[in-house]
Amino acid sequence: MSEQRNHDNYPARVDSADDLGIMAETERTRQQQFKNRVFVCMGTACQSCGSADVLAALKKAAEAGGDETSCLVSKGGCQGNCAAAPLVSLQPQDRLYQHVKSEDAQVLINSISDQSVVAKELVCDNKAPFFEKQKRVVTEFRGLIDPERVEEYIAVGGFEPLMRAVSEMTPEQVIQEMRKSGLRGRGGAGYPTGLKWSTVAKSPGAHRYVICNADEGDPGAFMNRSVLEDYPFRVLEGMIIAAYAVGADHGYVYVRAEYPLAVERVEAALKSIRKIGLLGNNIGGTKFSFDAEVRLGAGAFVCGEETALISSIEGGRGLPRPRPPYPAESGLWGCPTLINNVETYANVPVIMQRGADWYSAIGTEKCKGTKTFALSGRVKNTGLVEVPLGTTLQEVIFDIGGGVPDGHAFKAVQTGGPAGGCIPATLLDTPIDYESLQALGSFMGSGGMIVMDDTSCMVDVAKFFMQFCMSESCGKCVPCRVGTVHLHDMLDRMTKGESSMEELEMMESLCDMVKDTSLCGLGQGAPNPVVSTLKFFRGEYLAHILNHNCPAGVCAPVGEDLRRPACAL
Amino acid sequence: MCARGRRSAEACMRVVTLTINGHDVSGRDDETVLDVSRAHEIEIPTLCQLDGISAWGGCRLCLVEIEGKPKLQPACTTVVSEDMVILTESAKLKSYRKMIIEMLFTEGNHICSVCVSNGNCELQHMAQSLGVDHVRLPYLYPKREVDATHERFVFDGNRCILCTRCVRVCDEVEGAHTWDIQGRGINSKLITDLGTPWGESTSCTSCGKCVEACPTGALFEKGKGAGEMTKEPQFLSYLAEMKKAKESE
Amino acid sequence: MSKKTLATVWLDGCSGCHMSLLDMDERLIELLSNSFDLVYSPLVDVKIFPAHVDVTLIEGAISNEEDLHKIKLVRERTHTLVSLGDCAVTANVPSMRNSFTVNELLERVSAGNPLRQPADVPLLCAQAVPVHRHVSVDVYVPGCPPSADTIHFVLSELASGRSPDVSELTRFGA
Repeated sequence: MSEQRNHDNYPARVDSADDLGIMAETERTRQQQFKNRVFVCMGTACQSCGSADVLAALKKAAEAGGDETSCLVSKGGCQGNCAAAPLVSLQPQDRLYQHVKSEDAQVLINSISDQSVVAKELVCDNKAPFFEKQKRVVTEFRGLIDPERVEEYIAVGGFEPLMRAVSEMTPEQVIQEMRKSGLRGRGGAGYPTGLKWSTVAKSPGAHRYVICNADEGDPGAFMNRSVLEDYPFRVLEGMIIAAYAVGADHGYVYVRAEYPLAVERVEAALKSIRKIGLLGNNIGGTKFSFDAEVRLGAGAFVCGEETALISSIEGGRGLPRPRPPYPAESGLWGCPTLINNVETYANVPVIMQRGADWYSAIGTEKCKGTKTFALSGRVKNTGLVEVPLGTTLQEVIFDIGGGVPDGHAFKAVQTGGPAGGCIPATLLDTPIDYESLQALGSFMGSGGMIVMDDTSCMVDVAKFFMQFCMSESCGKCVPCRVGTVHLHDMLDRMTKGESSMEELEMMESLCDMVKDTSLCGLGQGAPNPVVSTLKFFRGEYLAHILNHNCPAGVCAPVGEDLRRPACAL
Repeated sequence: MCARGRRSAEACMRVVTLTINGHDVSGRDDETVLDVSRAHEIEIPTLCQLDGISAWGGCRLCLVEIEGKPKLQPACTTVVSEDMVILTESAKLKSYRKMIIEMLFTEGNHICSVCVSNGNCELQHMAQSLGVDHVRLPYLYPKREVDATHERFVFDGNRCILCTRCVRVCDEVEGAHTWDIQGRGINSKLITDLGTPWGESTSCTSCGKCVEACPTGALFEKGKGAGEMTKEPQFLSYLAEMKKAKESE
Repeated sequence: MSKKTLATVWLDGCSGCHMSLLDMDERLIELLSNSFDLVYSPLVDVKIFPAHVDVTLIEGAISNEEDLHKIKLVRERTHTLVSLGDCAVTANVPSMRNSFTVNELLERVSAGNPLRQPADVPLLCAQAVPVHRHVSVDVYVPGCPPSADTIHFVLSELASGRSPDVSELTRFGA
């Protein structure tokens, strides 16, 4: 047991379960000094709405307050309903305040002793279906811990799973637990996590690596960003447990540079845990040593593909490599490498803590656990939601999301990003899981969910995603590099009323070819939005081609001819 | 390092038997589908592959159907295994190969009639053997650059198919790594050093291997007129054999 | 067997394909005696494209408004349209101007002098493109020019009512 204490009276190092317990106790005692706690969400969305100012104002108001309103004002995490940002939570009363401005600070502090002083518009009904119908596992702490203090994470049980794993379990036992849980990769492919860990562990090599793929690049996706910003310690704990299980000695968190707050939080978290001995040599006082560092992306969607990511870490251009061999066998610098998504790692501590049986009771037969989704677009309650796999699209979009606002009609929901597809109203009762969505020509992907109403043109939607793929294509393979350009140009001509049925036919066969012959998932998935919108919204394509008009009024006002007058030169 | 201890790599190697287009063939378990096919005179079209340099897997012409695998696999990077059943020709594969060639023609500005490699061009040859008599997609007509600053050679970007054979031969065989790609996707282009003119390159040794390795008229010798540029990249596989022999001494 | 009608049209090409046609020498005379009546061509004295033609050979790319007008009219009145030569099939040399705008081209050509555009000179299209970008084509004969042997084969096959497969005989740039 470590006898040393640091200046805040916390143990200087965690070299045993006892140390961890003392750290937790010390933190809980500190928190109990305050009768109340106010958490201000300091995620990117709330910050972009001014929550940093709100935090400062609340701190000031709290300092000036008396005993009845004594409270600790802290940075907090995402509450989920990002549309109502900035969000402030009051505990232990469990009240949620929305659209908070700095001017509201005094009133909020006063409300601790007298609820009635707060204006109705500021109060968010946190018992509404949006909250009640979710099942929070990855986001179980509901943003009610300071993302920058490891002590707070430990006080709610953080790092207990890690301690137990490294001091009481063998790597094989850890892998066995992960296999039993049924957890599947949350990056989109849904590969059984336990199986991947087992393959890495068994692959021969002097070194093994663990990588966290935090390059979340799908337009509309922000699940990983949120989890990294709010619970960096949890993600890292999952990674360290994984490293122990597979026998890795070094790891990388590859974060896209467009997530500066997440980068900052992860860097700070690594520093904190290294300082107290939960990272680096002799983790938790055991023989297990593992360290990790952050690597930044540089603006390429393709670097979310695992082999391109690996190439990027190696210092090369972010170009994918042929698989096999898979990274589990030969990855970073030719060594066996475990690469998992942020959310996959975030599930690991809770599985280790509550057990595989508890975890596998959630979800469906083939898809265990929960999934976070970034619900956005034409839906009332946009934000981050977490539900058990198998929940239907109807429940997420209408019960939780509140349905389509302003009297418009639901048209489609786009899932899975640029490799995904659009699902129409007739299929809203589809359960959200890997297999069901794939059967419809879509893809669950990493969790992006964009709702569209009658003001969206499906041809225009397909064009948007194809433009994205075209500009993000790495250029290594011909079908993706050139095929996406042609597909985009064809869609563009369709939106301008300059296409033909022959071109539609050519586009369909080009889609098959690009999907079947591209080297990596970017090219293989690029035709999906086109194919799925053609399947469910073919009439819109025909209207553009044969009648030269856009039924949704996007490519041109409704009824107007899409064709512009021809120029001679 | 072989699992069986310090025996040489050759002794650990196994011979496997497999089927290609219905023919029973055998190969070493470290050979690719392409190696084994060619050894049995079963031709699989390629453009980015060249004996003597590493496999790239970018042109996708060599994709083959392998039983039990839902996705098509590139023959140049897929290693053979026991009982593999491979199909190298089918209506679908032919249609995809034609489309790849057509895409390549639309991507650059390939004017065969006035090209230095007319009649000696691998792209042209591939088009003819696949029966491509016209291109069904619209040409993109990009603005591409010509670099004639080198004393002996010219790089014409209009004819470049981004196969990276020049990049690999310069890096792996000559060791200069003068060529590489800048940009991504359809904006990818070949550059020398850090984007400086070839004639000012501080790494180029003027060995000319890139010219020999280039399958089209993108890289050629000054002084050659239309149809006069012939290339002989076979020296590369000879060099590779010599290197392998030297390493196992 | 009655003879089929044959026409040849020369758009933005160098006339090399027509020269190659003439290079058939006696075989041309044979074809014209037995199989085809040449009803419209730069080589014969007919001013108006006939109302119906069985086979029309198109040489050249579509580069200006007149080419565009002609090819639409020809397509309408032709049963079997043949793109003859690389200019018709791929746009070949004429397309080398395509990465420049027409204005850039005209400025370069006029060398800074003001351009005089006579009223009866057709305007250039933004780009010179293959025939099949504007109308449907039935047979493609690449080559620059396709050899006389190739052209002879194509015409003989068409005369017999067969669709010619030229893949062994010719290619781009041949």
